[in-house]
Amino acid sequence: MEGCAQEGQVKLLGVEYSPFLLRVRIALSLKGIHYEFIEEDIQNKSELLLQTNPVHKKIPVLIQNGKPVCESMIIVQYIEEAWGNKAPNLMPKDPYDRAIARFWAAFIDDKVVPCLREVVTGQGEQQQKAVQELVANFLILEESVRTNPCFSGKLYFGGDEIGFVDIALGGLSAFVKALGKATNSVLIDEEKMPLLSAWMDRFCEADGVKEGMPDPAKVLEFISAMRVKFTSPPTAK
Amino acid sequence: MPEKHITFEKTDFIPMEGCGEDGQVKLLGVAHSPFVVRVRIALALKGIHYDFIEEDIYNNTSELLLQSNPVQKKIPVLIHNGKPICESMIIVQYIEEAWGSKAPFLMPKDPYDRAIARFWAAFVDDKLTQSIWGVFMGEGEEQVKAVEESVANLLVLEEALSGKAYFGGDEIGLVDIALGGLLVGVQMIQKVTHTVLIDTQKMPLLSAWAHKFCKADGMKEVLPDPAKLFELLSERRAKLTSPPAAN
Repeated sequence: MEGCAQEGQVKLLGVEYSPFLLRVRIALSLKGIHYEFIEEDIQNKSELLLQTNPVHKKIPVLIQNGKPVCESMIIVQYIEEAWGNKAPNLMPKDPYDRAIARFWAAFIDDKVVPCLREVVTGQGEQQQKAVQELVANFLILEESVRTNPCFSGKLYFGGDEIGFVDIALGGLSAFVKALGKATNSVLIDEEKMPLLSAWMDRFCEADGVKEGMPDPAKVLEFISAMRVKFTSPPTAK
Repeated sequence: MPEKHITFEKTDFIPMEGCGEDGQVKLLGVAHSPFVVRVRIALALKGIHYDFIEEDIYNNTSELLLQSNPVQKKIPVLIHNGKPICESMIIVQYIEEAWGSKAPFLMPKDPYDRAIARFWAAFVDDKLTQSIWGVFMGEGEEQVKAVEESVANLLVLEEALSGKAYFGGDEIGLVDIALGGLLVGVQMIQKVTHTVLIDTQKMPLLSAWAHKFCKADGMKEVLPDPAKLFELLSERRAKLTSPPAAN
């Protein structure tokens, strides 16, 4: 869908099946924002990517009216603020609740994401260790859903509706499920993490999210390709 | 619940208890931590009174810290009317939003400018602090690499500053606080490791910015004492570079 006049021209640079891209696509979908998706070839980065994200040269990049925004959760905050009058609201109104939302989104980015990387690229014992750490971090999230007054007893981290933390974690769901299959491990155990499990099912089935969920088989392929790239001899990188 | 003041340095005593119109404001931390300094800068700029509770993070984590930051068990933690906020840049954004009508404004109004501010604050946190830590912790070739990386990261910031007084424009903003909190630490790490990171010739804008930042109103009271920090860092560096048995 071409980004139209009302919202200004909106383009999104990304790589299909990237969980970071998916976060942004979910936010755009929830807000009903039309955009043009431009697929990047990471092995052969485009001029547009190099110009719009010269510092990191990474996707996703959101470009609105020619102005680029980088880093998935920064893009999500931008979407929330630039389309501040468009429901649903992805961030709470109260400053304290916003701080809590940012804390858990940062936890997901600083703790969960590096573990995912280690699991993808790791071998043997190193990979096992990364899986254990990942599970431990998911248990912390389970605990927060159970006990944090901001989350406890609610449908989503955002309350009645999907919010910032839901997008931060939910964007990773297809990737996490496929990674579990690829490594023959149970990452989000229904028995040990009943609340997180239920949340993930609910998130993936939600309007605005389910339409954009990638094909699990394709995500698995994507992960396998990443593994080949990162676990090959050095020259292959 | 009783608060354990394990160490209490007279120089860190803030005479006015955080109370009244600002509500009850406490800050758990240590005076020399760059992350704590960031929060103290934001509080100072906004003129917010608070109770600074010095933690003994190396020997004895207090009950209060464990309860208010059970996930990370780290400082700084801001406790506003009994509710804890963790992670320095999240705290700074909270200060801006909770005291939203109090000047100066630490974040721009425009959503795009806010995204850019967050981008650079994240760059400082994710790239710069890591490379500088590498300089401090590293030896030999590893350290050389960390120095190169740090210089490269600082040059990127030099370019981002381009012609403005501060990253925030005419006044100190989010990115200035993110970087400014690290400033004395970076200067002392340079001294301890005999490296040059903020090169006045290669980075004239950043050097001028650093000079202006340290001289801004209220900074002197919250920036760490360079001599004390130098001593602390020298001690830690000596332990790191000692033969394995001493570790």
